[in-house]
Formats: sequence, structure tokens, C-alpha cells
Amino acid sequence: MVDMRVRIGSIELKNPVMPGSGTMGEGLAHVMDLNRIGAIVTKTITPDKREGCPPPRMVEYRDGSLMAIGIPCKGPDYYIDEILPHYREYGTPVVCSVSAPSVEAFGNLAAKLSVPGVSVIEANISCPNLEEDGRAFGMDAEASARVIRRLKEMTDRPVWAKLTPNITDIAAVAQAVEAAGADAITCANAMLGMAVDVESFQPALGNITGGMTGPCMRPVILRMAWQVARAVKIPIIGSGGMASANDALEYLMVGCSAVQIGTVNFIHPTAMLDVIEGIEAFCRRKGIARVSELTGAMRSRKEYREQQAA
Amino acid sequence: MDSRTQLTSSPFPVAETVCPVLKNDWVNDLYKHLIVEAPHGAAHSEPGQFFHLLCPTIGDKAPFYRRPMSIYRIDKAQGRLEFLYKIVGTGTATLAQLEAGETLNILGPLGRRFDFAKRARHIVQVARGVGLATLAPVAEAAGKLGIRTTAVLSARTPRHLMSVEYLRSMNAEVITVTDSEGTSDVAAVERIVRRLIEKEGGDFLVTCGSNRLLQLVQRLGREYGIAGEVALEQHMGCGNGMCFACVREFHAPEGGITYRRVCWEGPVFDIQEAVSW
Repeated sequence: MVDMRVRIGSIELKNPVMPGSGTMGEGLAHVMDLNRIGAIVTKTITPDKREGCPPPRMVEYRDGSLMAIGIPCKGPDYYIDEILPHYREYGTPVVCSVSAPSVEAFGNLAAKLSVPGVSVIEANISCPNLEEDGRAFGMDAEASARVIRRLKEMTDRPVWAKLTPNITDIAAVAQAVEAAGADAITCANAMLGMAVDVESFQPALGNITGGMTGPCMRPVILRMAWQVARAVKIPIIGSGGMASANDALEYLMVGCSAVQIGTVNFIHPTAMLDVIEGIEAFCRRKGIARVSELTGAMRSRKEYREQQAA
Repeated sequence: MDSRTQLTSSPFPVAETVCPVLKNDWVNDLYKHLIVEAPHGAAHSEPGQFFHLLCPTIGDKAPFYRRPMSIYRIDKAQGRLEFLYKIVGTGTATLAQLEAGETLNILGPLGRRFDFAKRARHIVQVARGVGLATLAPVAEAAGKLGIRTTAVLSARTPRHLMSVEYLRSMNAEVITVTDSEGTSDVAAVERIVRRLIEKEGGDFLVTCGSNRLLQLVQRLGREYGIAGEVALEQHMGCGNGMCFACVREFHAPEGGITYRRVCWEGPVFDIQEAVSW
């Protein structure tokens, strides 16, 4: 038996695998048992009601896709009354992703959503703010820290900061949110991109720019997770292009304590179960008793050679 | 993927299953007819629902997401699903290359079904293009409930009217109109639908596959005060309500325009809430 439990600050998860925000919904419960996954992560809630971006909202590539959805949301009351009850029945912690246009609004929203059934607040300081040319709090270390400090004042739930990859020095933002009191870091959100429909001379997306996700992003976000892991002491949840257990093992070994599976849920809705079983099988094969031992288990090539020689 | 997707059954209503292809043949110069062995899918499917097909990667054609496809026939007795499709892009191009004996990974059934059981005594179908496939299961399901169906089928030429025999075998009355015979213009279809409503007790309208026919059915539905539904298409990501990529515009009940997910709130919608395109 492999002990699959992991600890993210004060929260214990039954295994390290959860969906990325915006990549699961009520429909997933029609396909699989949500008791099997480490956490339920809900789509970002905003203070106001939003219709989202005009279509077309998606462009696909061989190994990923560009999406400009724009966080359609029916507001926090709808979330508490209509969405959360679907998930309360499971013995799986709910991580509530939130986003807001100001520090003040971030805090008020988190306070409002700190209701029974919500275990964690994940601060989406990284989702490209599509109405402001893709700029976001997460692109500025000090702005990111202000959001996290406010959230810590306004909620007693653990706060995870979901960083943006659209930045040069992600480690600096990671250190800023750690200093501001973040309980964990989710690394990372989508990379900004765009596409043109040359036949019609139009942008391919209704919003012009969108977020690139999928397996093609994995090497880039994995590198960022490794940089963040070296810069902070709080737990890291990796999130970027994972489609298999092997992909998730990479993230654990560079220093993540858990992983979020995203875009692949859209193609194989039970992919998270394959990842959980695959990680467990890997631990059995390698004689690893606890999955938490994998966190940061990557060794330098020199160290590996020396161990092999000994 | 691994062993999980080899499953042919699931305790859940929606499942990812790997299905043997029984047939994937041309029915005319535009459409292919695909039959897969899918006991789970056939057992759970209802008219108007769709499956999300993992079209194979062949050469440089690599569809990343699945492709949604409405069900042409739900054969519960033999545990089979049938699809009719036209090659329109990368996904259907590789789907067309599948041969009997190979397998296809399908996810479903997904989406909201047609809701006519308690609302109709005589369904009038108005279908064109892909709508011929989407509306075909309505006749079979309606027949079992003792609801009469008349299908007005529109196509370019008589050989593109693919579902005539199947619909007649389900005891539906079939009226065909074609471009090549000069019988398919909107005014002609309008005369037929008016007669079915006024003289034959037509009291529920369903449509799929043509913007002009949707506008006609919306107008006649308002004029006669008759309810109806339309099945709509859109490019999809997940097909399961999670990604919000497949929205279209709809008239909101409180006024104004709202976006709805074709995969989740649809693909079947109230005709008057649909926005024609």
C-alpha cells in the first residue's frame, strides 16, 4: 500500500491530484466518482455577473489549444446556492477559485465565499484579465502581495495564490505572495497567445488574445514550478499541460506537493483517475511508501551517477 | 490512453468507451454512415443527444479535441449507435478513414434531449443537411409514445435525402423537397408546414440544419402559438459543460442576449430562444 495522502499547509488531501480551475464542472460527476480525487477545484467566481467573451472562444493545435472564455460567472450567491451543493455531498475538499477587479473586492468576495463546504480559497491573480489587454495582478509582485494580504485578513480559509506564467521572474512573485502569507502556490495559469484566420483577415478569437494550455505548455510551466520550488518554502501545486501520471511525476519531482490536471479533462474526463493510479503504480515499482517522498525528489545528474557507483 | 478507456461499460450515465466499428461507408457523394457497437451508449441515449468522438490522428491531421456528432439511430436492441456525417474539417476527415474492425473512442451520451413526450400529438419535423440525421431518432421515440410524426426533408438532390426509408419504417409520414426539383424554397416549405398545422393537427415543431428553415419555423410557431425545439451546432471543447467554449447567442427570458453552452444547456433549445445566424 502506498500512502497517497499529501498535506498542503493545514489541509490534508487523500491524494495529490485535482482538476485545474475551469476544467471541471457538474458534468464530471456524470462520468466519474468525485470522491476519488484529492480536491474539487471550482471555476473562478467573480463579484459581478459576467457573460464572458464573444465567440469564437477556441482555436486548437496539434498539442494544445488557445481559449478565450472570459470567466463567465453568475456571481457568488449563485455559487453558494446552486453550485456548491452539488459538491458538498462528496468527502473531497472544495477549493474555491476567486477573482476580482480590485484588492478590496478580492477580500470581500473571499469573505462572502468562506461558507461551510469551501475548504480553500484559490486566488486567481493570474487569469489574463481579458478586458485589460491581458494584464493581471499576477504580473506585478507588489500587487500580487496586496491581494494575498487582503485575503488573509478577510478569510480564515487557507489561501492559495495561482500565479501567471506571463512574467519574466516568476520566483520573485512567488516570494512576494509567500511573504504576504499565502499558504500555497499554484503554478501556473495559461500563457497568453493569439491566432489569425488569414482567409478572412480576422482574429481567430472573439477576444483576439486567449490563454494557451495543453501538453505543449508542460516544459515551460514545469521549468517555472522548479524555479518557484527553489524560491519558497510553502507547498506548490503544479499546473501546466499534464496528461499522464508520468507528466505529474515530473512536477512532483521538481518540488510540487500536488498537481492540477487541466485541459486533458476536456478530452478524457477520467484522466485524473489514470494519473492517480499511475502515480501509485510508480511508487510501488520504486518501493516508495509515501507519495509525499516524491516532492523535490529529482537529483542532480552528478548525484545520480555517484549513487549508481556506490 | 490506458486500460480505463478499454471499458465497454460504466456505472455512470456518461462514459468514455472504445467501440468496434461495424460499418463506415459512403451513402452518397457527401455523407458517410458510421455504425459502432456501443451497448452502454445505446442503452443511455435519447433523441437529440450527441456523442463526442475522438477522431484518430492520421499523418499531419491531428484533431486535438473530440468532435461532437448527433446520433442518427439509437439501436437499443442490438446495442449499436449510428451516425451520418459529412466531411467538413480535420476531425471528420480522419473519422472517414476508419474501417470496419477498427475501434473508435466515444464519450457520451451528452446534452439535453428533445422534450416532446407531454407536449405533442403530431410532431412536424423540418430538416436539412445534418438535421436529417439529428431529427431521425425523434420519429422512432415519438412512435413508441403514440405520437404522430411528419418529416419535411430538404436536400440538394433526391439522393441526398438519406433518412427517408428509415423514417417510413418508423411509420413517419415523409414529404421531400429538393433544390434540383425546385421544390425546396422557403415559400414552398411554408405552404407544407401551414397545411400540416391547419389541416393535420401539427402541434409541435422541430428543426435542425438550416438557418432559413429555423427562421420559418420560429415565425410559424409564433403565428400559430405552437411550441417547438431546434438542435444547434457549435465547435466544442469538452462537450460536457466544463470549458464554456461552445456558447452561442440566445434571447434571454428577461430580455437581451445571453450566451449558452450548446453542449450543456443544449444542443436542443426552445425555437423562440434561439438566435438565427
